[in-house]
Amino acid sequence: MDWRTPRTGGVALLAAVIVLLPLALANNYWYEVAILIGINAIVCVGLNLLIGYAGQISLGHAGFFGLGAYGSAILTARYGWPPVAALAATTAGVALVALLVGRPILKLKGHYLAMATLGMGIIISIVIVTEDRLTGGPDGMSVPAFTLFGLALAGERSWYWIIGAALLAAVWLALNLIESPAGRALRALHGAEVGAQVSGIDATRAKVGVFVISAVFASVAGSLTAHYSGFITPGKVGFFHSIELVTMVVFGGMASTFGAVIGAATLTLLPQLLTVLKEYEMVVFGAVMVATMVFLPRGFLPSLMFEIKKKRK
Amino acid sequence: MSAQLAQYLLSGLTIGAIYALVALGFAIIYNASHVINFAQGEFVMIGGMATVAFAGAGLPLALAIPAAVLGAVAVGLALEKFAVEPARGASVVTLIIITIGASILLRGLATLVWDKKLHALQPFSGDKPIELAGATILPQSLWVLGVTLGIVLLLAWFFGRTLTGKAMLATSHNPLAAQLCGINVRFVLLLSFGLSAALGAIAGILIAPITLTSWDVGVMLGLKGFAAAILGGLGSGAGAVVGGLALGIAESLGAGYLSSAYKDAIAFVILLAVLFFMPSGLFGKKSAERV
Amino acid sequence: MRTRLFAILAALLLAAGAAVAQEPIRIGAFLAATGGAAFLGDPEQKTLELYVEKLNAAGGLMGRKLQLISYDSAGDAEKARTFVKRLIEQDKVDVIVGGSTTGETMAVVPLVEAAGVPFISLAGAVVIVEPVKKWVFKTPHTDRMACERIFLDMRARNIERIGLISGAGGFDKSMRGECLKVAPNHKIQIVADEAYGVRDTDMTAQLTKIKNTPGIQAVLNAGFGSEPAVVTKNYRQLAIGVPLYQSHGVASKEFIKLAGDAAEGVRLPAAALLVAETLPEADPQKKVVVGYSREYTTRFKSDISTFGGHAYDGLMLAAEAIRRAGSTNKEAVRSALESIKGYVGTGGVVNMSAQDHMGLDVSAFRMLEVTKGDWVLVK
Repeated sequence: MDWRTPRTGGVALLAAVIVLLPLALANNYWYEVAILIGINAIVCVGLNLLIGYAGQISLGHAGFFGLGAYGSAILTARYGWPPVAALAATTAGVALVALLVGRPILKLKGHYLAMATLGMGIIISIVIVTEDRLTGGPDGMSVPAFTLFGLALAGERSWYWIIGAALLAAVWLALNLIESPAGRALRALHGAEVGAQVSGIDATRAKVGVFVISAVFASVAGSLTAHYSGFITPGKVGFFHSIELVTMVVFGGMASTFGAVIGAATLTLLPQLLTVLKEYEMVVFGAVMVATMVFLPRGFLPSLMFEIKKKRK
Repeated sequence: MSAQLAQYLLSGLTIGAIYALVALGFAIIYNASHVINFAQGEFVMIGGMATVAFAGAGLPLALAIPAAVLGAVAVGLALEKFAVEPARGASVVTLIIITIGASILLRGLATLVWDKKLHALQPFSGDKPIELAGATILPQSLWVLGVTLGIVLLLAWFFGRTLTGKAMLATSHNPLAAQLCGINVRFVLLLSFGLSAALGAIAGILIAPITLTSWDVGVMLGLKGFAAAILGGLGSGAGAVVGGLALGIAESLGAGYLSSAYKDAIAFVILLAVLFFMPSGLFGKKSAERV
Repeated sequence: MRTRLFAILAALLLAAGAAVAQEPIRIGAFLAATGGAAFLGDPEQKTLELYVEKLNAAGGLMGRKLQLISYDSAGDAEKARTFVKRLIEQDKVDVIVGGSTTGETMAVVPLVEAAGVPFISLAGAVVIVEPVKKWVFKTPHTDRMACERIFLDMRARNIERIGLISGAGGFDKSMRGECLKVAPNHKIQIVADEAYGVRDTDMTAQLTKIKNTPGIQAVLNAGFGSEPAVVTKNYRQLAIGVPLYQSHGVASKEFIKLAGDAAEGVRLPAAALLVAETLPEADPQKKVVVGYSREYTTRFKSDISTFGGHAYDGLMLAAEAIRRAGSTNKEAVRSALESIKGYVGTGGVVNMSAQDHMGLDVSAFRMLEVTKGDWVLVK
């Protein structure tokens, strides 16, 4: 087994980090930060498949996250469904929505695609905020704890392991997808769409496929977040969170699964560490976005790897 | 015409004029550089907030307004110079992130330079409502409509009759050819950002007495202005104006007759509908992709 | 030999005792100092800072200094939860005073109930203390009281048919619900019921619909934040002639500043604090409200609001409870809070009990009218 490929070495490294991290986590508050990183990383890994590998763009992925979160929340809190069933139904529902919406949206390119996904995300967040009888409106709603075979999973420590496992699964799935024939078709699309089509690849089908997969990643992350927090608000469903997610992916490095994880970690930690410089948070965040794209257009991790490879020569 | 309908149309026209100005800003920058400037809304915010700040510091409105517009233009030029120019030739995703990042940066700076509170700007000529066809309209709305009309006419003259304006149009059609004709494309780019910033700032100043202004007023206005630009056909000046007015009226009628709760969604539903069925908008040209 | 040992032990105990005594009393706070509810959270923040300082200058509580740890939750329920978790787990506070908005408060209730930390909320909705929750208290008057006080005033002006316009947040929805519920008791009919969204800047569509409803004699805006100012401006623009009532969610000069001339003639129920100087000498609240009003305006050079007053009451109640409990033991402080009676605050005279975690009644509300840009008591 070659330990230097992402699929084996990288995953093993990630697993090691997840297992050893608790030694550095002083109290529940830091566990929560770690869980938050994990959740963002799951969404980013999926989003990276769409943006980095397939070369598309989505400025509305927080919408899928929100649908996942509110779907699970509403089914369990308002209709008394068992959480596992709610999770399954919600994920299936979001996949269907992504399929239906994906076909017309992914016929667009470039700026038009960006704006269409933006519009989609905003419409989702407006609906969630407005239907307050179902969703609790702008102030949010409570969510019952996740139960598995009657056992309630609550508390930061249990959830840390759940999210850790989910993240490993997500990364492993993504890496396998990239190496598969479908993944190669995707990358061909990214390079030159018309050329790929001429080679026999069904462009729309491939693009919609990735769109649905990335939506599913986001939806599952959303559902898990809802149960973990015990409470959700529309804050994570809006335009700003969509931008945050794209920034994490781009910062970490497009076309790099582990880059997406690192991007998520960095940009989730940043606000936490910056609460001291609270008023400067926005300025720093914006500056980071601009500076990264201007100076490191490949993103953080790939640029780093590039420098390392250069040194090796 | 029922008084209610008249009221909705008047409110819709007023906000539509603002969307038109913002959309024009998008169109001008897009034409010159094929960049969608997501920070367009922040020019609107800067216009309103800077005027409030200058007026609050004692400057009479007649001085505060031009000062604020100049400030916005300076920001627009800086944006082009430091964020867009270094990234020339970058991919669409990259450019989008850059302008979005710039907009976040500008909002952050706004909270530091000013504050996070809401501010009222005094209306230009009082706020005694005027009766019109059974509806009431504020004097400020008349300013909005009048100034917007004036600007549209001015821009039509500028692009149609002046050398600089024609140079900008030439650059938007074919930058390489324009350069070969001796047009300084870099200057055109700077000018387009400056001009768009001025348009945005004026829009912000016009609307602030009606809707109040704050550090984040640019977000929604920018997005809706963009929807208007797409509705009219990205890159078309006439389209931007028609798109803006149409969007404003659609919003007002929708809020009045359908659902006031979903008012904000109307712009985005229209956006999606246009993108799905008529991507080049009302006045845009169909584009061909080179293989 | 034994006396030496004794002396050493005594010295050690004294040192340990002194070390504990040096431990400051930690007051945790999460306030909407920025964002849509900033004109609630900002005076609250300033008030807490000012009075923690004053209490420390006077020697602190039980010989221990007070330490204020406060976070800006910006009116966002999610941020509120994160900060409250931080306050409880990381900062290990003894008592929490905060929650400028109903949404933020209700979001953190499960956290404080689970952790067993006394929490005094500064938000309005009646649902915060009804049903009563063990660890949750509040200082502002409820939205139901606001409805009742407004309806009383309306009946005094022979108003029967009214229009209602409210926003999307927790307080707005709660107050709308309460008003709909208690209106029949006062023979008030709500014949129009419109809503606007968060940070909306144009309510002319909704107000036009209300204006065109036949027989409207007054309009009630159940909300707080920036939107009521826009509603008021639009109201004036549409020249709707009938009286406009606001809730106590706008009891701050910021509202008058934003709404401008349009605010003239608007009525609202509010604490006596806003008219401190014109209160009769015999009024039981006179001393407290004048004192707070002068101290706040001197220090911050800006107008007082009832929101700062609620924070003042919250802090003072917490301090009183700690004094009565003689320690910062959370359960002791909690029961001490419940036992407070006859406390004169800026909001009114407070009588807490195990069933009533707010302690005010409708008489604590005065009816005010905005006249020439200032608050005037309506007789």
